[in-house]
Amino acid sequence: MTRYFFQRMLLMIPTLIGITIVTFGIMKLAPGDPAELKAQTVQGTLKGGSLPEEIIAETRKLYGLDKPVWEQYARWVWRLVRLDFGDSFKDHRPVLAKLKDAIPITLCLSFATIAITYIIAIPLGVVAALKPRGWLDQLIAAGLFILYSLPAFWVAMLLLVFFAGGEYWNWFPLTGFISDGAERLPLLNRFANIGWHLVLPIVCLTYGGFAFLSRFSRASMLEVIRQDFIRTARAKGLSEWRVLVRHALRNAMIPLVTLMGTLLPALLGGSVIIEQIFAIPGMGRLGFEAVLARDYPVIMAIAVIDAVLTLLSLLLSDLLYVVVDPRITFGSRS
Amino acid sequence: MTREAYWVLVWRQFCKHKLALAGLAVIGVMAIMAVLAAWVGRYSPTAYDLEAMLQPPSPAHWFGTDELGRDVWARMVHGTRVSLQIGFVAVGIYVAVGILLGALAGYYGGWVDLWISRLIEVMYCFPTFFLILAVLAFVGPSIYNIMIVIGLTSWPGIARLVRGEFLKLRSQDFVQASIAAGAGDIRVMFRHLLPNALAPVLVSATFGVASAILVESSLSYLGFGVPPYVPTWGSILSQAQEFMDIAWWLTLSPGLAIFITITAFNLVGEGLRDAIDPRLRV
Repeated sequence: MTRYFFQRMLLMIPTLIGITIVTFGIMKLAPGDPAELKAQTVQGTLKGGSLPEEIIAETRKLYGLDKPVWEQYARWVWRLVRLDFGDSFKDHRPVLAKLKDAIPITLCLSFATIAITYIIAIPLGVVAALKPRGWLDQLIAAGLFILYSLPAFWVAMLLLVFFAGGEYWNWFPLTGFISDGAERLPLLNRFANIGWHLVLPIVCLTYGGFAFLSRFSRASMLEVIRQDFIRTARAKGLSEWRVLVRHALRNAMIPLVTLMGTLLPALLGGSVIIEQIFAIPGMGRLGFEAVLARDYPVIMAIAVIDAVLTLLSLLLSDLLYVVVDPRITFGSRS
Repeated sequence: MTREAYWVLVWRQFCKHKLALAGLAVIGVMAIMAVLAAWVGRYSPTAYDLEAMLQPPSPAHWFGTDELGRDVWARMVHGTRVSLQIGFVAVGIYVAVGILLGALAGYYGGWVDLWISRLIEVMYCFPTFFLILAVLAFVGPSIYNIMIVIGLTSWPGIARLVRGEFLKLRSQDFVQASIAAGAGDIRVMFRHLLPNALAPVLVSATFGVASAILVESSLSYLGFGVPPYVPTWGSILSQAQEFMDIAWWLTLSPGLAIFITITAFNLVGEGLRDAIDPRLRV
């Protein structure tokens, strides 16, 4: 197990290097001279007018942009390793400070989404597997299929109009992550306030994943129910509930654990548009605004962090797989 | 069984799936509408009529008009053209890239496989939507840029699939036989291996068209898609946002259009998957 873990960690290194190369490469290919852009924002008063050559040259030197490309890359990676993401072009705040505000919000949103997707989708899949091809199975399949095909940003627009706009049912706040001043509330009330803000965004982020996950849990359940040990358990005279929950479900869950890691990349992507619509100040919105403002340091930081988070979640789901299924052993083969 | 016979069999299986056939019919109708957009649309999608602003659906304007008096039906029909074009071309690009890289990795194995697999993993880890957004911001919004950017960022899934199939097929007798008969690498890869690996790629590509259409409409909705004068479903929705409480038809039609198109492609994908591999039908 430990050996497998270290092997996996070693394999991550080339991938991490690849991630930084791709990010750096895209930023290098982007048109527009970052030095000019930076100099422009510094000299805010000179907006529109052309900048004197010396200032651009000076900025270029200051940021090492006059060095060869590989040296720029090496410097950038060395700063990344020390978690120095530079300053935002837009407001000169350190990127790290911006990320510190945004990351917990997006992670909170993502974990809540994954948890709720699992809580709703797995029972649906199990129920569907009890009588395959029965009316309930077909109803669930059809319903989830429809949900899967509904574009999330359209649903978000409709939800806002019907449940937050004030025209119909004014149940939820229009936008944001927490009410103004709610930070001072006691912990429980603060959580309640955040939860109240997140109901609609989480609805938009979860429903698309139901179909995928419940289909998996149905297939996995059907696979397990066919096996001999289930017949034995029934023959032993255990109640059907006990057979299903204690014997079948436990084994059927194993492959589902690995899917947790694959849900995260889709969520980080999906949260760009949902965070934008609901004005939630997470990574997605930060990234979107950085793209609008061509705020290179922020774009690069978010690309790298999203990729690293995805890599870690893939690693985590592989490790969980080993933990939950004792039949799988790695590294001990000799 | 000859290759033709195999696809005939797949088609016959596919026809048993009534919903998938319905999906195919919907896509057919949309394709015809896209080709004949100028006639089907009845009006020009960009012609202003300031005397007929924000009119509800009527015999004159089937889907009503927008805030500039433009005919929503005409804009929707022209939007079909954009969506289908982007869906098919973007998927075409990434299927080609994915097949090439996956084939190389699966066929040669060893170092080639190791490098390509790392590349697949790197691209897989990237937040694709964010990447597309960032690159589009640099190269500027246009239909062709969207196609190329989606095409160049979404290939890892196909590459992984093709690599897996090639690894599986490589050791089979017919491949060894054709190598022994003196067939070159290229010939073995693309004449012997690829046709046998194509079925799952086709399924994945069908679902891919649906998600490419969704990505395009999300981008247009965010204002990153095509230039504002080009009517697309996403941009109609984005403009509709201001008038949601007074002009429901502006929000309803593009949303439903995206939904129906995505459903149609997903249904066809399901049908194909069932037809190709009956074992997957649980």
